[in-house]
Amino acid sequence: MRVARVLAYGWFFRMKMLMRSSFNSWLGVLYPLFFATVAFFMFKAGADSKPLLYSSLGAAVMGVWSNTATPAGSALAQERWHGTLELEVAAPVNFALILLPLTIAMSTIGIYSMAATLLWGWAVFGIPLQITDPVAFVLAVPATVASIGALGFVLAVAFVRFRQAWALGNMLEYPVWLISGFLVPLSLFPGWVRPISWLLAPTWGIRAIRGAALAGPSYGDIGMALGVGAAYVVVGLLLVQRALHAARAKGTLSLT
Amino acid sequence: MAVVEVEELARTYRTSTGILRRRTVEVEAVRGVSFEIAKGELFGLLGPNGAGKTTTIKMLITLLLPTAGTARVLGLDVARNAREVRKRIGYVFGGDRGLYERLSGLDNLRYFAELYGVEPRVQKLRIQELLQLVGLVGREREKVEGYSRGMRQRLHIARGLLHDPEVVFLDEPTIGVDPVGARELRATIAALTDAGKTVLLTTHYMFEADALCDRIAVIAQGRIVAQGTPQALKAGVGEGTVVEVEVYGIEDAVVERVRALDGVSNVGLEARDQKQVLVVQTLPGRELVHVILGHLDSSEVGRVSSREPTLEDAYVALVDE
Repeated sequence: MRVARVLAYGWFFRMKMLMRSSFNSWLGVLYPLFFATVAFFMFKAGADSKPLLYSSLGAAVMGVWSNTATPAGSALAQERWHGTLELEVAAPVNFALILLPLTIAMSTIGIYSMAATLLWGWAVFGIPLQITDPVAFVLAVPATVASIGALGFVLAVAFVRFRQAWALGNMLEYPVWLISGFLVPLSLFPGWVRPISWLLAPTWGIRAIRGAALAGPSYGDIGMALGVGAAYVVVGLLLVQRALHAARAKGTLSLT
Repeated sequence: MAVVEVEELARTYRTSTGILRRRTVEVEAVRGVSFEIAKGELFGLLGPNGAGKTTTIKMLITLLLPTAGTARVLGLDVARNAREVRKRIGYVFGGDRGLYERLSGLDNLRYFAELYGVEPRVQKLRIQELLQLVGLVGREREKVEGYSRGMRQRLHIARGLLHDPEVVFLDEPTIGVDPVGARELRATIAALTDAGKTVLLTTHYMFEADALCDRIAVIAQGRIVAQGTPQALKAGVGEGTVVEVEVYGIEDAVVERVRALDGVSNVGLEARDQKQVLVVQTLPGRELVHVILGHLDSSEVGRVSSREPTLEDAYVALVDE
C-alpha cells in the first residue's frame, strides 16, 4: 500500500513539475509535429495509405522514447545541480521508488506526443486513423509507455552512479529509433541487430501498436513489451542499491 | 547514553586529473575526528571553509561512506544501518539549493512527507504545524522561486522536521540570511532542543555558536583542535586582553614584529570596510598597548581599543595553531 502511494504521489509530483516548465512544454508540443512531418515525407511516395499510418505510428512512439531517454538524464543532472538528489537519497524510502515515477512521468508526457503525431498526420497530411483492433490498441499504448518508462528507469540508475551518464541518454536516442524499428522495418537490418532489438522494450511496444492498428490482435507483443519492461524494473531494482553504495563511497552525489 | 558517537572518523576523496597521463590525487577531508553528543544537546561544529564540517555531517547522515573510523547515531552504525538512521534523523542545509523551485512550498513539503513515510492522516496537520513554526503560513502555495533566502531556509527547516526526527543535523542554516531572518532562525533552532531534539549545528558565525550551543568542537584541516563549552573555549584563550588597532596599509613585516613580542599569544589582521584591524591577543597581566603602538610608527594608526577575549578570538587562535 505504502509502495503504491509513494509511486502514485511521485508520478503526480513529477507530472506537475514537468507541466510547469514552459520551455519543455513548447519543445514537447513541437517535437512530435516535427517527427510526424519527417515520417510523412519519408513514406509519401506510395499511393497506399498503410505505409503512411505505419510511419505515423513509428513517429508517435519515437516521441515517447525521446521524451524519456534524454530528459531522464537531464532531470537527474538538474537534481544534482539543485541539491535535491542528496535529499532524496537521504530519505528512508527505497530510491527505486523515487526514480521509477520520474521516468514513468516522462514517458506519460509521451502519450501527448503520440496523440499529437497521429492527429498532425491526419489533419495536415491526410493519414487515416483506422485502427483494426481498438481494444488491443488501447492496451498497447499504456503497455508501451510503461515499458519505455522502465527502460528509462534502468538508464536513470546509471545516471545516479555516473555523473556524466546523461550523455548516454542523448547518445541512445537515435540508435534506439533505428533498431527498434520505429521508422524502417527490422528486416532491413543485418541479422545480428535483431537480438539487440528484442532486448529493447520499444521494439515490442511499436510492434504491439502497429499490429493492433494495421493487422489485428497483438496481445503477444503487448505481453512481450510488459515482460521486457518488468525485466528492466527487476534489473534496476538490483542495481540501484549498488549504484547508491558506489556513489556514497566515491562521494559523487553532490558533484555536478 | 550518547545519541551521536563518532570515533576516529575519516574520509579521503580520490580524484583523477589529466587525460592521457591520469594522476590520482588523494585529499584527506576528515582525518580521524571523535566526539559525542548527548540527548537533547545542541552541539556546534565550527571551522573555516574546507575544514571538514560538511564532510563530517554527510557521513553522519549516511550520504557518504567513511574511509576509516565509525559513527553511530541512536546506536545505529551510519554505514551499515543507513535506512534505519535515515528514518530517525533530519537534515537541513543552508543556501539556495535543495528545493524544487517551480513548485510551491506546500508541494515540496508534501513530496518529502511521502518520502519519509508520514502517514496521510498525519501529513496535513504536521505540515500546518511546521508552517506555523517557521512562519510560512499564507505563503505555502507560492512557488519557491519567488521566496526570499530566509523563506527558503525556513522551508528547509520545515522539510527537515516533517517526520519528527529525534536528531537534527543543520549545516550552516543561517548562511546568507539577513540579520533579522537569521535571528528568527536562531530562535527556531533553540526551540528544537526545547522540544527534546538533539541538534548538530555547523556554522561560521561565532556569536551564533556562542549563543546557541551547549558544546562546541572546533575543526581545522580535518581534525578537531578543541572541544568544550563556549565558556571553556573562551577561557582557553587565557585571561589576557585583546588589543585592537585600526591600521591602514600595514606591512607584513610589521605584523611579524608584533607577533614576535614577548607577551603576545596571537596576532590577526582583519579587513573591515576601508580599514584593517590588527587584533593582538596578549597574555594575562601584560600591558602591551604602548609597545605594540611603538612598532606601528611607520603605519597610519586609527582607533585603539582593548577588550575581553570572545569565542571568535578562541576560534581564530585554535585554527591558526
